[in-house]
Amino acid sequence: MTSVPTPLRVEQVTTLRPRRQMSIYAQQRLWGWLFLSPWLIGFFVFTFVPIVASLIFSFTDFTLTRPDQINFVGLNNWIKLFNDPLALNALRVTFGFALISLPIAIALPVLLASLLNSKYLIGKPFFRLLFYLPYMVPAISSIFIWQAFLNGQTGWLNRLLRLIGIAEPPNWLGHEFWIGPAMVLIGVWGVGNAMLITLATLQGVPQELYDAAKVDGAGAVAAFFKITLPMISPVIFYNLILTVIGLLQYFVVPYVLTRGTGNPNGAAYFFNMHLYRTAFLFQDMGYGATMAWFIFIIAIVLTIILFATSRRWVYYAGGE
Amino acid sequence: MAAISHPRPSVVLSPHFVKQLRKFTAISLVTLFTSLAALIFLAPFGNMMVVALRDQESLAGGPDSPILPMKQVFYDYNDGQRTQRLEVFNVPIDGEVRQLAALQKRRTSVVFIDPNNPTAEPITWQGNWRSLQPAYAFYARWENFPEAWQMIDFPLLFRNTFIIAFVGMIGTLLSSISVAYAFARFPIPGKNWLFIVLIGTIILPGQVTLIPTYAFFSSIGWTGTWLPLIVPHFFANAYNVFLLRQFFMTLPRELDEAAMIDGAGPFRILTHVIVPQSWAAIITVGLFHFVWAWNDYFGPLIYLLGKPELQPISVGVQLFNFRYAPRPELVQATSLMAMLLPIVLFILAQRFFMRGVVITGVEK
Repeated sequence: MTSVPTPLRVEQVTTLRPRRQMSIYAQQRLWGWLFLSPWLIGFFVFTFVPIVASLIFSFTDFTLTRPDQINFVGLNNWIKLFNDPLALNALRVTFGFALISLPIAIALPVLLASLLNSKYLIGKPFFRLLFYLPYMVPAISSIFIWQAFLNGQTGWLNRLLRLIGIAEPPNWLGHEFWIGPAMVLIGVWGVGNAMLITLATLQGVPQELYDAAKVDGAGAVAAFFKITLPMISPVIFYNLILTVIGLLQYFVVPYVLTRGTGNPNGAAYFFNMHLYRTAFLFQDMGYGATMAWFIFIIAIVLTIILFATSRRWVYYAGGE
Repeated sequence: MAAISHPRPSVVLSPHFVKQLRKFTAISLVTLFTSLAALIFLAPFGNMMVVALRDQESLAGGPDSPILPMKQVFYDYNDGQRTQRLEVFNVPIDGEVRQLAALQKRRTSVVFIDPNNPTAEPITWQGNWRSLQPAYAFYARWENFPEAWQMIDFPLLFRNTFIIAFVGMIGTLLSSISVAYAFARFPIPGKNWLFIVLIGTIILPGQVTLIPTYAFFSSIGWTGTWLPLIVPHFFANAYNVFLLRQFFMTLPRELDEAAMIDGAGPFRILTHVIVPQSWAAIITVGLFHFVWAWNDYFGPLIYLLGKPELQPISVGVQLFNFRYAPRPELVQATSLMAMLLPIVLFILAQRFFMRGVVITGVEK
């Protein structure tokens, strides 16, 4: 009864199959681009174009007060940058601060994570929560909290220092030498994130390695330097890169702590504060963009150096 | 196990006991040390709470004022004609310290009234009153919180912050899920390079895009509105995409394929197969964005300049605290109010946060 013309069906299938297969792959690719498009558009509009535009601005006298009159000024902004005493001082402050806070930002998470990973510690989840907590505090709150804590007269830190016999503890926020260490302390409060990542990596180091080292007669210190550190070196590297980039962008803490002045005596006047003042308070967007690109170049150079040296000390257990 | 003979000195100092003792000592020392470190680490919170509960009088006391929120004790003395407010001191008399109200402060002696027995004969104490300690009593001024709440118009700031954080969260979820799905499942040419570029944006210093982005938003009239703080989040973000992609890659492809055979298109697979399996990762990304936006200060600072009615908590609290710097108790109260929601969210959802941190940090 069913008189379906079989030859036709076969022909249909055989002729359509290859074309349809192709179109499924092409279709999948199209869908892929479609799902990717938010980022592609966003990257183009909010990252790629602004980076290029920043570079172009750096050769102009662009300002928002008269956005239609843009004049090319050649290298004037770049020459100005290397003769601007405020910018050079801000650069010195930024790098000086980076130099004291970087070792702490790298070592402290490792030490703290090792402590929290100790088999002799009771209540690990509780302590992990406590040490992570300040990372969740808004920067604004933590700055004002620390302002009270570091207050030379009534702050708890100086009360403690007086209690243990230091008659004249430092005026943390009012002295150009102490404001740097004060900001380092504020930074230490945000150790939680790096600590947590380090802790998770520590827990992933295979116990067999420690057992083998013990059999070979290695002590705890040797095991730490010969096993633990190499095994967690990728995380140390990750922290290092993010900390360096974060330090180049350091702004909110010194800006709020010093009410935008960078005082005492310019000791907390960071490069990014100079950029902010130039671009947004004095509306000199061309010069501001020059500073931004200068920091960008420094960031690229530092990243390349770090990646190049990482081959020597970062150990990837899974190969490349 | 077998033939090794240990010297056994006594029953009490058996190797087992010594081992237990050592372990116990190690546990006590490590836990004690960690507790101490945590106490110092969290001390600024204590400082904040205590200052937030003080009143102005006790704050004026300087370095010698008590650590806890306390109030100097006064005694209202009525001598039958008028009422006087007298300072109460801790007075050492006959080997004991009594709290007495100073009626007359002379150069070498003080006449005291006993507040517990005001009708009794006044007590004369030899010595200078400046050498005496004023008496303090515990006093927490809880009214600082409602006062700060009113002065700063906290409901308005709260509403602004919530809208900015919530709409941005929706945006970053929609876009990051879509982009992560593309990276996890589709054959896009040059996908690995695109992914490296995406991850590379994590280490891009924000300044380099700041000025043209600001100029762009300014030229289309978006400065002074919430749009620059919300709209960019509709275009995905490296951390979120990375976290979601890692999660999507662990999901078995068989379910996708089964759905495909049943006739589901890629969009339907995303909404009906991928998303229902990924709530943990999606909640994590949403929470991270919410807290990040809640805490963000720089964005609102530059884009909402001169628009107090639109400002979020971060900028509102900063401006308030600059203006009311001479009222540290209000500064600390507002700082506490600004951090309350992120902290409570974190404590309630710490599993999500911690797993998210570990995925983005460790697998990089």
